[in-house]
Amino acid sequence: MLPFIRYDRGNTDIETAAPLLLILSLAPFAGSLAAIFLPSDKGTAAAWFSGAVALLCQLLVAGLYPLVASGGVLRYDLQWLPELGLNITLRMDGFAWMFASIITAIGLLVVVYARYYMSASDPVPRFFSMFLAFMGAMLGIVLSGNIIQLAVFWELTSITSFLLIGYWHHNAQARDGARMALTITGTGGLCMFVGLILMGHIVGSYDLDAVLSSGNVIREHPLYTTVLILILLGALTKSAQFPFHFWLPHAMAAPTPVSAYLHSATLVKAGVFLLIRLWPVLAGTDAWFWIVGCAGLTTLLLGAYFAIFQQDLKGLLAYSTISHLGLITVLLSLGSPLAAVAAIFHTMNHATFKASLFMAAGIIDHETGTRDMRKLSGLFRYMPFTATLAMVASAAMAGVPLLNGFLSKEMFFAEAIETHRYNILDTITPYVATLASMFAVTYSLRFIYSVFFGPPPKDLPKIPHEPPHWMRAPIEFLVLACLVVGVIPAFTIGPFLHAAVQSVLGDSTPVYSLAVWHGWNLPLAMSLVALIGGVVLFLLMKSYLATSIEGPPFFRRLEGQRIFERVLVTLSWKWARWLERTASSRRLQPQMRILVFIAFVAGTLPLLLQGFKPSAMALRSVDPAFALLWIIGIICAVGAAYQAKFHRLAALVLLGGAGLVTCITFVWLSAPDLAVTQLLVEIVTTVLILLGLRWLPKRIEDPNDPELMNFPVRLRRLRDLALALACGVGMMLVSYTMMTRNIPDTISSYFLERAYSEGGGTNVVNVILVDFRGFDTLGEIAVLCIVALTVFSLLRRFRPATESLEKPEQQKIQNAFDDDHPDRKKGDSIAEYLLIPSVIMRWMFPVIGMLTAFLFFRGHDLPGGGFAAGIAMSIAFILQYMAGGTRWVEERLRIHPLRWMSIGLLVAMATGLGSWLFGYPFLTSHMQYANLPLIGKIPLATAILFDLGVFSLVLGATVLILIALAHQSVRAPRAQVKAARMAGKETP
Amino acid sequence: MELVLSIGIGVLTASGVWLLFRPRTYQVIIGLSLLSYAVNLFIFGMGRLRVNAPPVLEPGGTGGLLTHTDPIPQALVLTAIVIGFAMTSLFLVVLLASRGFTGTDHVDGRE
Repeated sequence: MLPFIRYDRGNTDIETAAPLLLILSLAPFAGSLAAIFLPSDKGTAAAWFSGAVALLCQLLVAGLYPLVASGGVLRYDLQWLPELGLNITLRMDGFAWMFASIITAIGLLVVVYARYYMSASDPVPRFFSMFLAFMGAMLGIVLSGNIIQLAVFWELTSITSFLLIGYWHHNAQARDGARMALTITGTGGLCMFVGLILMGHIVGSYDLDAVLSSGNVIREHPLYTTVLILILLGALTKSAQFPFHFWLPHAMAAPTPVSAYLHSATLVKAGVFLLIRLWPVLAGTDAWFWIVGCAGLTTLLLGAYFAIFQQDLKGLLAYSTISHLGLITVLLSLGSPLAAVAAIFHTMNHATFKASLFMAAGIIDHETGTRDMRKLSGLFRYMPFTATLAMVASAAMAGVPLLNGFLSKEMFFAEAIETHRYNILDTITPYVATLASMFAVTYSLRFIYSVFFGPPPKDLPKIPHEPPHWMRAPIEFLVLACLVVGVIPAFTIGPFLHAAVQSVLGDSTPVYSLAVWHGWNLPLAMSLVALIGGVVLFLLMKSYLATSIEGPPFFRRLEGQRIFERVLVTLSWKWARWLERTASSRRLQPQMRILVFIAFVAGTLPLLLQGFKPSAMALRSVDPAFALLWIIGIICAVGAAYQAKFHRLAALVLLGGAGLVTCITFVWLSAPDLAVTQLLVEIVTTVLILLGLRWLPKRIEDPNDPELMNFPVRLRRLRDLALALACGVGMMLVSYTMMTRNIPDTISSYFLERAYSEGGGTNVVNVILVDFRGFDTLGEIAVLCIVALTVFSLLRRFRPATESLEKPEQQKIQNAFDDDHPDRKKGDSIAEYLLIPSVIMRWMFPVIGMLTAFLFFRGHDLPGGGFAAGIAMSIAFILQYMAGGTRWVEERLRIHPLRWMSIGLLVAMATGLGSWLFGYPFLTSHMQYANLPLIGKIPLATAILFDLGVFSLVLGATVLILIALAHQSVRAPRAQVKAARMAGKETP
Repeated sequence: MELVLSIGIGVLTASGVWLLFRPRTYQVIIGLSLLSYAVNLFIFGMGRLRVNAPPVLEPGGTGGLLTHTDPIPQALVLTAIVIGFAMTSLFLVVLLASRGFTGTDHVDGRE
């Protein structure tokens, strides 16, 4: 199947570049797979390798910029299930490009950083492998051109981030944090998946381009609110928005490179990405405004407030991230194009300064051994470079002018002032924005002051010093970007931002200016208020914060984690236990009753609701012989049911009787193939159960058993009988009604017409099995193979019950007879027993072998075939066992059922694969008739090879099952000796 | 014919279901076998009952539902018979193992 490539425009550059998207999205996964195989002490090699992969991706992305800069869209389609509208589509526009470059560029920097951060004692290649897998998943999200595909990559980021957060899995905090992140983002992701499916259902296509162009349809659809809430659940959980924000601080147990990458630049931005991506489709309604706005504003304010009171460096950064994500969410809630521009811009800016701050925090932790701000102080004198870099980055976080954070924050203020809607939420936005900015200034100042200034630190675990130069290099680069963008935005970030904005907003792209200076206006005043207010607030709180315990006052007790754990315990423990106690039973019988009852109701209800009327019973054209046959059959069935408890052998014989009646029915009603197979299987099943009977406990009927008189027992039996009769009558009515109706035209006529011309056989059933539906048969013989292996392995560990170990009654009598007669040796009677039948059985072997060959070769044209031949041949083997005993047979015949099974499966597979060599789909058969001397014309279809595989496998599986059971009687004496020895040890 | 066969299917089903509810593993195994006869015949019956019309063509010829019976239910039932055998044998072995481990042939592994 060749990939089908669709080109979006006539542009030849875009046409040739589109396949690069495939390389871009596969490279990280390939790298991940390769990295996992590196030995765990080759950390540096893994780092170099991952760096090379990240660099390759980064170069690819950079090289694609000219194609998307002017509004071009790269598209690469790979057809997967076009009938269901499921294709693999890679799509890159300006916005996806922006995200892809953030992912690859910061990914590259983090790899460089992690090379120095990770300790050699950790399994570093595993880290890089998971890191690359995460990067691939993130790229997959942003490059998805199909919303189902997007959801798949979305879940993949949840899983890989779980692995990355829990990287230090010996640490309980890391495990808990990873589990919490996975539970919350995973649940959100599943909701989003449902939402996306609904959205695809509304649009009629899962293609992103189709979705993006049908905004009005979606917004006016009655399911809009449902879709919106479900998708928002995904986006808001991923972006750690209130009330789902609490997983992010707990994810700080991850190694710092992970936090720098996942929790600043990528993973948490996936939610923002989705909000922006679907902004043209979903935004602009009241529901959107209220849900997104409330979540965003609360997160903005609470995140900033909580950040002030953190004592852990990474905790502070985590809450600050939450707050900044809230800011972006608020911007998106407003529904104005200018606000969307600001949101996109802030997404980029936040990624740069927050990643560098996380790396700086990691350096401090790495070089001092602690992240507790109460212990850290005065580090400026030990690491002036790192300190300066961190100061610039946190100034950007606080929104100080001439840095990139300032620009997007000004845009945010300008939008907050604008009135978009006349309601309370819109009115309070500017005040909340200013207050949150003030808090941002306070926590940024606190970060810098408490770590780098003040008296020299006391009792740190390590003496601090500057990190290796290359560990600092990524921070230097990012801080430089903050500065350059902050000073000359229009020349640096301008074109990229424009490409991104244009691809999201299209024709409604607003006019915006990226200047640093907009004159004296209200947003500037708000910035000044925030700056001054933040500094004052910090000075007021400085002494309190220096010694305070972790967490904000008033809210300390309101921990999201506790609520989460309580919910988890309630759901997965208390309720589950309650449900198990009340609604389930460990006993099989009630379970069976419930199952059958539900099946009965599920079968009856739809029939009754659809007005099912059974056909009138009429005794027309009943053949008396057939009726007699079934009278016998019914007697056998009822008898088997009646005798199965106390007279097992009788029940088995009666079961065989019912089987034979079934078999004759098949012959009577034009199904010779079924009859042959049924007859053979009947024989094998009977032998099998006979072999098993010996190991069951004796059960002797006691007519005075008090249990029988018991009233509840009788009631229970009556209920069972009623249910059984109901099922029986139901089946009878349904089958009678069905069989007396005219047969509609089905695909059967197709098979009947083509069996000879295309399958090359006249036995249509066999042609269906080995040719038309060969793939099904392959699956079925695989099942048979698995069952045989299971039986084999179960019996290897089988220990017969001790009371069944004795020799059977009959053998005892025979041996006693031999002992009593001096002219006889012990065992003579057994050898002489059934002497004539056993000679006949021995001589039957070649005869049955011939019959097998006959059944097999005629199978394609006349009743027979691989299934029947395989079972017939296995009967030949089992007869030898019965005639000669296990040891006798195995001394004389080489029996390797496992080998036969594997050969069978391989031959069947190889026949199927063979058709690929000739360019046909799997299991296409070829046939022609060959004229052999003496034998005549025989069909030579490749299907006969396939049938040979079926034969070999069925033979192997049947023989394996039977022999495994027969061997128990060889093993039993050994077990008996052992048991006797054990008992002997115990008695003295 | 239809009436006789459907009564047969009904009786096989009822006996099979009755045995499924019984406490002894051997009863359940016999019950499952009876039930699989019933189900096989039921599926087979979906192709309608025809006498002397096996789905075997004349060499070189084609066929149709007028002259031949429906081959699809037969193909389905053919594999079902073999898979049914596999199921019976697996269940028999589980039964024996359970009897060996627990010392009882009750379906719950204890009386």
